[in-house]
Amino acid sequence: MIAKPFDLLPAAASTTSGAVDLLIILVFSIIGAVSLGVLVAMVVFAVRYRRRPGHLTGAEHSSGVMWRTELLWCGVTMVVFLGLFLLGALGFGRIEQLPDDGEPLDIGVTAKRWMWSFQHPNGQRELSRLHVPAGRVVRLHLTSEDVIHSFYVPAFRLKQDVVPGWLRTAWFRATAPGTYALACAEYCGSEHARMRADIVVMEAHNYDRWLAQGDVDGPPLAAAGRRLFERLDCGACHESHLRRRAPPLEGLYGRPVALRDGSSVIADDEYLRRSILRPDADVVADYQGDVMPSYAGLVSDEELLLLVAYIRSLAHAEGVSP
Amino acid sequence: MRSWLTTTDHKRIALLYLGTMTLFFVLGGLIATVIRLELATAASDLVTAETYNRLFTLHGVIMVWFFLIPSIPAFLGNYLLPLMLGAPDLAFPRLNLASWYVFVAGGVLTLSAMIAGGIDTGWTFYTPYSTTFSDSHVVLAVLGVFLAGVSSVFTGLNFIVSTHRLRAPGQTWMRLPLFVWSLYATSLILVLATPVLAMLLLLIAVERGLQIGIFDPGVGGSPLLFQHFFWFYSHPAVYIMILPGMGVVSELIPCFSRSRPFGYGFIAASSLAIAVFGFLVWGHHMFVAGQSYFASVVFSFLSFAVAVPSGVKVFSWLGTMRRGAIWLTTPMIYALGFVGLFTIGGGTGLALAMLAVDVHLHDTYFVVAHFHTIMVGGMLMAYLGGLHFWWPKISGRMYSERWGRIAAYLLFVGFLLTFLPQFVLGTQGLPRRTASYPEEYQFLQSLSSAGATILALGYVLPGVYLLLSLVRGRPAGDNPWGATGLEWHTTSPPPPHNFAVPPLVLVDPYDYPRAPQPTAEALDA
Repeated sequence: MIAKPFDLLPAAASTTSGAVDLLIILVFSIIGAVSLGVLVAMVVFAVRYRRRPGHLTGAEHSSGVMWRTELLWCGVTMVVFLGLFLLGALGFGRIEQLPDDGEPLDIGVTAKRWMWSFQHPNGQRELSRLHVPAGRVVRLHLTSEDVIHSFYVPAFRLKQDVVPGWLRTAWFRATAPGTYALACAEYCGSEHARMRADIVVMEAHNYDRWLAQGDVDGPPLAAAGRRLFERLDCGACHESHLRRRAPPLEGLYGRPVALRDGSSVIADDEYLRRSILRPDADVVADYQGDVMPSYAGLVSDEELLLLVAYIRSLAHAEGVSP
Repeated sequence: MRSWLTTTDHKRIALLYLGTMTLFFVLGGLIATVIRLELATAASDLVTAETYNRLFTLHGVIMVWFFLIPSIPAFLGNYLLPLMLGAPDLAFPRLNLASWYVFVAGGVLTLSAMIAGGIDTGWTFYTPYSTTFSDSHVVLAVLGVFLAGVSSVFTGLNFIVSTHRLRAPGQTWMRLPLFVWSLYATSLILVLATPVLAMLLLLIAVERGLQIGIFDPGVGGSPLLFQHFFWFYSHPAVYIMILPGMGVVSELIPCFSRSRPFGYGFIAASSLAIAVFGFLVWGHHMFVAGQSYFASVVFSFLSFAVAVPSGVKVFSWLGTMRRGAIWLTTPMIYALGFVGLFTIGGGTGLALAMLAVDVHLHDTYFVVAHFHTIMVGGMLMAYLGGLHFWWPKISGRMYSERWGRIAAYLLFVGFLLTFLPQFVLGTQGLPRRTASYPEEYQFLQSLSSAGATILALGYVLPGVYLLLSLVRGRPAGDNPWGATGLEWHTTSPPPPHNFAVPPLVLVDPYDYPRAPQPTAEALDA
């Protein structure tokens, strides 16, 4: 999608980009009108009130006019600013909130200087190119192996920093097939400029065909995660049929979890990652905090993605009550 | 020579700062020239990507800490504050000299980092890149910036104490020039925010040396903690850079409108409001970094709040011009250029404060264009306006008014040509800090580089005619502009202790309806 020099905005290709474009055009128009107004006022004043023989000194300002207009100006700017703030915050809510219609397609994204790699749920991997279906919610699970990167697809009006040591999620729903640019937006070293990739959006049936033809070199993510789960012997405490020393994982993902300190937290990617690496950070109510060892250093960033994919696959599984 | 290096006269120290900062400005400008040349074509061909990264880092570090932050306070503020207060010097003259030496030491450290091979982290020093991954001379550079920070704390302290203790008899707070109000607000930020930067820079040095794990997630630290600390200083630092410029413009517009400022109290109070609110908005640099939705909403709201006092200033400046007697001299052209570009810069800041819009524009050329509009379009215009306004006072000579006006208009046009295309580039989705870029952006990038050549010419011209005025300029007299400030009540240049007779203040500082008529009127002929 090549932008021409005078197209202000790149092609819009996600379900949220239209609303963002409206806000951009609105705020740009306000900036343009106010700046032009200030410029015109200055030119008009400089001509109309120019200093000339017989008009060497300015008039005194009336204090009453000053107070009234200054306060009125403050009031007007506050109302306009409040409006812009609310529109921006509401739009941001729409960008952040995952739509709850239908199962999202979960894609693992790993950023590493200076390339992007992707994992599909069936285990298929891609480098510097990501195929996704149009019309379906794609949920990204992003992690970095070194410095901070930023996942930026201008056509989707989507940007999310990818921070090492964190597992972030972001989502988009592409509207039209095509190839869209992904750029790294956070400076990350010598080849930052070339840390780009293509997002290839296909019709849903073409995507399914592409996925079937794919050269899958590993098991599906959730299955790989299950294998890792078994190898690390996590089930010794977490499997439902044993004496319960650890909270069950079935039906956990995306639900609120009550913690021992009385607060509660949503079991998202970041919570699961934190609980694997620092089990004492958020201890679940009714459980001991010192039972689980830390797995920091024992599992890599990519393996964490697998474990989280496995736990996510249990989201709709039935738990066995203790 | 020796008398200059051991002087405690605030006017001489101000000139020492002027000389040092001008050298840094020239260096930062030369680097910018190479950057714009590289960006004229899409490929990374003039310099390697590694060199490019070192160039934009050094450009930022030098321009922010060794030019913009000290520019108006340490030069014009140092020179004018005692004069405007009717005092013989600042409260702590020797601390003032020490601040210049510390500043020079910081500059030498930073330049030695450059000569040793440079630094490639960006002026923001984001971790874990700066602490763990960069193999450039980070420690030298951050220690240099640390010293520049210490120097600006000295200056800030000196200004606060001087404003409280050294005002002339009869000079109440409401009879202070607006430039003094803006310096006071700036000094509060300098003294309260800079220690956070100092701590942060030392932590970077310590983490690089000892791998402690404060910011590096690999050893248990948090990169976001770094960003919170960094912007807790660096956002207020933006107001350190712009508030003194607003103060200068608040002097120029009444003088060349021959009118009292419209809403003196509103302009003075808005400086303090900006200083206070400026401390509460740092999180708007982190909307896509992964802070909570709630935090982002609060920071967005507060960022809009800080724009209200800025709007008050623009409104008051226009109100001052209305029904004035406007005399379009070189300093006034700069002041009007400031008002126009500050409005664009502030307005585009509002676009970035809108959460949904920032997601798209964050870390693109739009941000580059936004802060250059505030810093170059705003601050540098105000700096040059102030330099031209007080040049007759400082040097005792008039410069060529015709060349002054030509340079001022050139700068305005050059600025718009350089940075308007960058607003479009960012909106089209081009990330910042890239040595190469896809071909589709080349037209606007070349246009920006072409505009930069006009901008460069606009900077060279004042250097030439201001220096020429020292030998060929007409004597300026005490008060060529017919201005009302106390600094115009003494000779040009002022004697070592400023006033033969300590002044007594009986009226407000902008009694323009009864001001003496300018003696430089022949300029208009």
